[in-house]
Amino acid sequence: MLLVEDEANIAEAIRFILTRDGWRVSHLADGAEVLALVRRERPDLVILDHMLPGMSGLEILTALRAEPATRALPVMMLTARGRDREAAERAGADRFMSKPFSNAEILAEVRAMMGR
Amino acid sequence: MRRPLFLARAPYRRRRLRDAARLLPVLGMLLLLLPLLWTPGSEVRLGAGDVAYFFLVWFGLIALAAAIAPGLSPGEGDEEED
Amino acid sequence: MQFNLLVAACLAYVIILFVVAFMVERRAQHGRLGWLRSPLVYTLSLSIYCTAWTFYGAVGYAARSGLEYLTIYFGPTLVFIGWWWILRKLVRIGRQYRVTSIADLISSRYGKSNTLGVIVTLIAVIATTPYIALQLQSVVLAFGVFATGTPDGVTPPDAASTAIWVAAGLAVFTVLFGTRNLDAREQHHGIVTAIAVEAVVKLVALVAVGAFVVWGIAGGVGQVLARIDAAQLSAWQVQPGRWAGLIALSAMAVITLPRMFQVMVVENDDEGHLARASWAFPAYLMLMSLFIVPIAVIGLERLPPGSNPDMFVLTLPLAEGQGGLAMLAFLGGFSSATSMVIVESIALATMISNHIVIPLWLRLRPAAAGQGEDLRGVVLMARRLAIGGVLALGYGYYQVSGGSAALASIGLIAFLGVAQVLPAMIGGLFWRGATRLGAILGLGTGFAIWAFTSFLPSFGPGAVLSRAVFAEGLFGLHWLRPYGLFGTQAMDPMMHALFWSLVLNALAFCLGSLLSFPGPVERLQGAAFVKVFDGAVGPQRWARGQAEPEALLTMAQRILGEEVALALFQSAAREQGKEGYLPDPTPAFLDALEARLSGSVGAATAHAMISQLVGRATVTVEELMAVASESAHIMEHSAQLEAREAELTRTAGALREANEKLTQLSVQKDAFLSQISHELRTPMTSIRAFSEILTEGDLPPDQVAKYGRIIHDEAKRLTRLLDDLLDLSVLETGTVQLNLGLASLQQMLDTALTAAQQTRPERTFIVQRDLPSEAIYLRTDADRLTQVFINLVSNARKYCDAARPELRIGVRQRAGRVMVDVVDNGTGIPKGSQALIFEKFARLTDANRAGGAGLGLAICREIMANLGGSIVYLPGQGGAAFRVTLPLRLEKAAA
Repeated sequence: MLLVEDEANIAEAIRFILTRDGWRVSHLADGAEVLALVRRERPDLVILDHMLPGMSGLEILTALRAEPATRALPVMMLTARGRDREAAERAGADRFMSKPFSNAEILAEVRAMMGR
Repeated sequence: MRRPLFLARAPYRRRRLRDAARLLPVLGMLLLLLPLLWTPGSEVRLGAGDVAYFFLVWFGLIALAAAIAPGLSPGEGDEEED
Repeated sequence: MQFNLLVAACLAYVIILFVVAFMVERRAQHGRLGWLRSPLVYTLSLSIYCTAWTFYGAVGYAARSGLEYLTIYFGPTLVFIGWWWILRKLVRIGRQYRVTSIADLISSRYGKSNTLGVIVTLIAVIATTPYIALQLQSVVLAFGVFATGTPDGVTPPDAASTAIWVAAGLAVFTVLFGTRNLDAREQHHGIVTAIAVEAVVKLVALVAVGAFVVWGIAGGVGQVLARIDAAQLSAWQVQPGRWAGLIALSAMAVITLPRMFQVMVVENDDEGHLARASWAFPAYLMLMSLFIVPIAVIGLERLPPGSNPDMFVLTLPLAEGQGGLAMLAFLGGFSSATSMVIVESIALATMISNHIVIPLWLRLRPAAAGQGEDLRGVVLMARRLAIGGVLALGYGYYQVSGGSAALASIGLIAFLGVAQVLPAMIGGLFWRGATRLGAILGLGTGFAIWAFTSFLPSFGPGAVLSRAVFAEGLFGLHWLRPYGLFGTQAMDPMMHALFWSLVLNALAFCLGSLLSFPGPVERLQGAAFVKVFDGAVGPQRWARGQAEPEALLTMAQRILGEEVALALFQSAAREQGKEGYLPDPTPAFLDALEARLSGSVGAATAHAMISQLVGRATVTVEELMAVASESAHIMEHSAQLEAREAELTRTAGALREANEKLTQLSVQKDAFLSQISHELRTPMTSIRAFSEILTEGDLPPDQVAKYGRIIHDEAKRLTRLLDDLLDLSVLETGTVQLNLGLASLQQMLDTALTAAQQTRPERTFIVQRDLPSEAIYLRTDADRLTQVFINLVSNARKYCDAARPELRIGVRQRAGRVMVDVVDNGTGIPKGSQALIFEKFARLTDANRAGGAGLGLAICREIMANLGGSIVYLPGQGGAAFRVTLPLRLEKAAA
């Protein structure tokens, strides 16, 4: 799965939690490179931060949903602002989490999305 | 900007003073060329009297100019000369 | 007279001049010129008309040709006593359009044509080079008179090395005071005052020698007159044609000589001075010529036959054993020569740099035209080199000509050369029909004929023109002989050249003007110059351009310097009702900017530089016709409307700006809470996640340590954010306690630079500072001010994207306020964002986020407001630039 998050510490935490649970996680800090990487590596799940340098999370999501190959790709949005939720759901996010979250929460959501 | 056709006394005087100043070089040229006409012939010899004459004319012109100059106050010198 | 004593006297004299010029420059900088701008100083400065040619040469002239020398002073007398209204028009135009030289005047009048500027510059340089050589020659001769037979065994240097020393010394003096700065108008108060001092010295010297001759040697006025009659007066003949011709020639030259134009028009402070000069300057001339004849007569009588009459002023007192008087006379001659050379080389250097070097520079480096390179350095360097070049040319001419020709003939040839500019100049001032083509044709014709009939023959037969040309004419055409053009026989060569060059010059000028059609800029300039006293016709108008104000500012800074340019732009912006430094490029603003620039680099270059940025070539003929056909009534009406419209535009501009700001502020207010939430939640996310991980246990110890450190860092970040918020709110409400005290600016900057190194420590910055300017003690809150500096430097370290990052810190003091500029060499802040950066959370793009909360500049602004100062963004500095302004002494804690 692909994790897109520009705050190094948060990325480190999520990555640790998910890797410990047995997932293979690649990480990106810059929004602009996401689409290319998705096309190349075809991840099973994308965790997307809302505010990103280069290209915002919403823009990336919209772009993913516009492409047939990634239309059904599960995407989880992260945000630090409560009111972004509606916009994220309109753009087609499968799950939505607002910061700060508990580790158990995010693990449960990921497992649910991957059908485990 | 329209200028009045007739002027009050003071501006009128100033105009004529300006005319006088403008004529001064003509008068000067005349006086400075005059000695050449005193003696006939293409080449003129000048003597001590001529030296005195030239400096007197020169002094006179400067005195006249000095007398006229203050009257040409630049205060309203903005109108075109006419 | 001992030679080294003489050298010492010269040096002492030059040092005195130096001190005078220096003190006046100092006073001028503080704007305390007072009586130094009086008509007296103006009149005395005009006396550079009297060069060494007058001081030494007039006596020689009188000894050779009798009273003819008087014609050289009659001409200027006639012009000044009655026709100074021509001069007044010149001076008015010069002031109104910031004319920098006679070449600039001609070029500006004929549609800002640089071709004309180049032509006039070339004529001036070629015609006055011999004249400068003449001055060097006179000093060398004078040295030679004193140097014969030194008892103390010091061998005086030979003539050539004297000349080169004098030329080099003059070049240094002129460079020092003539190119200190690029003034808005090319004024040099220091030099003008030094010239005025020299004028007094040479008058006193000549009158003293004359008085000594009349009363000391001859025994009274009557005696002198008798001796004049008794002397070789039979040989003193006057040719009527030459007499009248020379009066006319000197009358023309006094207007067109580059150095006369410099002191008369460019250095003029007040038109009213001309009225006083109208009689005072002729009086000066009269005093200078008063004793020439007695000195010549007594000299011929007393001195051994064959002695050089050009040196009588010196040799006569020496022969009579009056060493002191001779020394005074020597200094008088020295003054005459130096003052002429200084002013002439400044005038020529201005022309050469503005019309030849700078246009060439801009053409060769067009890429640099829009960028930050400081052109002032180039202009000043060009001037300095030009001054050196002009003096080198003069020296070269002196060497080539061998210093043999009689002084007077070179002077007259130079007069005739510069007089070729007269038809184009007078035509341009009084005749709207005069065109560029006419001026080019007239100047070209006159210059060619002058060169052929007067300048080139002056080198002697066989030197430049072969003997065959003299005898048979050019190409063997009999009617092309230098002294017999078109078959005219037996004319005096000087009168021959005068007649043909000026008549054909004027003819070509008139015909060219009548047959050509002037372009729009030319017509506007023509009307503006001819009708300068009406004030109705402005200079050419710029159509509203597409120029970027920022590009204009960058260009203006290159020429005017940063300080002046920013002030100009700021006041223009304020007039338009805008804040900051970037006014709209309205026609009025472009006109004002062009006028200001042309004061530094000449009209043609200024015009070309602005056209380059504005794009469109000013006005069209149709627009011109439309303006011209409007009746006076409509014009008045429209002027009123225009004024009202301008007022409305101003108000609307201010309102629009206020409204935009309000809208943006309310959007930001909204975003503020959401931002705070974001900024708080981000570190909390990390803290929560890692603390949960740690709670679960079973981690290797190094990972425990690492995660503990992250939690610690994020907690600190939270604290900092809260601190910043509290700080800001305290500052905003003005309840902050200021800790006032005396503190060194340099120390504060040192502290800030050290502290800021923690930000992105991997980057190395080249820091440019000017330590002496930082040695200021401020009464302020040092901690708070340092906080501002730290913020600015850290920002530069964070955001400067240059490959070789540089940081420049400049400090200036003005009127009790201190300005500190912090400038980096990155891409700067885009124009649209400049108004926003001081707002809270206005971190510009996410790409640039580097851990700050976006409160730094907002805090800086509040701190500066509390310290009685301000912080603003300076546009157009080639990078992000901030200016911190604060009072030198903050008296009370600001409420």
